[in-house]
Amino acid sequence: MAMRIHPLLGAFAILVFFFLLAPLVIIVGSAVSDTTFLTFPPQGLTLRWFANIFQMEAFRRTAITSLQVALLGTGLSLLIGIPAAYALNRYRVELPRWLSTLFVLPILVPEIVFGFALLKSITIGLGLPVFISLVVGHALLILPYSVRVVGASLASFDFSIEEAARSLGCPPLKTFMTVVLPNIRAGVIAAFILAFITSINDVSVSVFLTGPGISTLPIQILAHMEQFFDPTIASVSVLLMLVTVGVMAIVEATLGLTFLTK
Amino acid sequence: MNKLARWGLTMPATIAVVLLLVIPVVLTIATTFGEAGGPFSTYTAFFKSGFRMAVLYRTLQIALITTGIALVVGFITAYVIAQMPGRLKSIMIVAAVFPLLTGVVVRSFAWLIILGKNGIINNVLMSVGLIGEPLSMLYTQGSVIVAMVYLFVPLMILTLVGVLEGIPRDLIEAAASLGARPIPTFLQVILPLAAPGLIVGAVLVFTGSFTSYATPQLLGGEKQMMMGTFLYQRAMVTFDWVGASTIAAIMVVITIGVVLIMSRMARRLNPMAV
Repeated sequence: MAMRIHPLLGAFAILVFFFLLAPLVIIVGSAVSDTTFLTFPPQGLTLRWFANIFQMEAFRRTAITSLQVALLGTGLSLLIGIPAAYALNRYRVELPRWLSTLFVLPILVPEIVFGFALLKSITIGLGLPVFISLVVGHALLILPYSVRVVGASLASFDFSIEEAARSLGCPPLKTFMTVVLPNIRAGVIAAFILAFITSINDVSVSVFLTGPGISTLPIQILAHMEQFFDPTIASVSVLLMLVTVGVMAIVEATLGLTFLTK
Repeated sequence: MNKLARWGLTMPATIAVVLLLVIPVVLTIATTFGEAGGPFSTYTAFFKSGFRMAVLYRTLQIALITTGIALVVGFITAYVIAQMPGRLKSIMIVAAVFPLLTGVVVRSFAWLIILGKNGIINNVLMSVGLIGEPLSMLYTQGSVIVAMVYLFVPLMILTLVGVLEGIPRDLIEAAASLGARPIPTFLQVILPLAAPGLIVGAVLVFTGSFTSYATPQLLGGEKQMMMGTFLYQRAMVTFDWVGASTIAAIMVVITIGVVLIMSRMARRLNPMAV
């Protein structure tokens, strides 16, 4: 649909975009302020708060943990999610409908409840190490992305190509790797990115699953903020925003950004 | 062989969800029924306590207000985006996606700088001379709602742009050529066709804000405790695990209830589905 827009509506939309983007500009501004407190517009210009992050061991350590958890969790969720998405599409008629509902449960159950339940039963109940709990917790939290996004790609995949390869004698796993996977590449990339971003930004699940010496970056930021109110947090936030920019560049290069509205 | 394949392929994910999500959550809820005072004693205690009910009411209120504002703001913005020519449209979508991909902590933190005692708003108002002393805007219901709206408007926009773009242009032109004025066209053609999308967006925003943790923690503090922060406080600060599990159970029932009722409504309202 396309029609002429009333100028008032246009003005309203411009205000909304200002509302959406101004806070992010403010973060960047206060990150370079040469003051010991957070302020905007910046007074003076310095990069010392960025240097400060790298001197703080807690930020370095938790950033590494966050990356490890995000990569392992995303990998794990794709490893179990792709076969499930494949089976749900390939054998749609034969599989019960509750199965696809089961795979979106991690989105349906409130994250904070999931985090608490994991802490009670896995970390404390089974005595699993905190790091392992974090990885499986995140893998599960992002499983719906793997199943749904890869599934959306598979829905438009023509399974007769696969049958052709099979009938010509190609073994099942090789068929999947060389025929199916290249065709759903876009879905796998999109699932990976969404899952990775969700994991690296997660608070509600991770907040329960941190133990002595192990924490993730967002939880560390929260903890730091409760004690200090200096531009360090603003500069960490800027670095996290740069990660987002990087991710968006990858999306644009591989899928085109309009992909995100589909 | 086929049967083996289809169950085998879904098995790892099924086991993971059942073992790590379903069983832990069910066990957590189950512990609330095993109290000495009878199976429902923790719930009667919850519903009788003025403080706990105030948290529940506050959470519902903040979630509903956030959803309402996000619906209006998101719908108008999505409507404008949907009318834009290709290039401008992509730029606007990118501008909406960017905050969405930025973490919740970062986006809530921005509002600490804006609304704080030495924040931007106070600085501006003081330098203009409108106020003599800084206003305390943080740790109020308003600050939580502003940050929540900020958090969820992009989600609403993205949900609705797709829906509005899917409305066939012919329908609107047909209405116009038959003499319908813009407002009736909007109310009788566009709005009903967008209704399922509005419901999906509303459910996403409501459940998201109802269960949020980081935003009320940062911008609401102890004063504006919501169910998420309350659950955390009971579990990790006072170590009242039964109390925390009770909060968890109430949250699960409300979110899943809202999702079920609203998705049924969305299906019924969909005029495209015959």
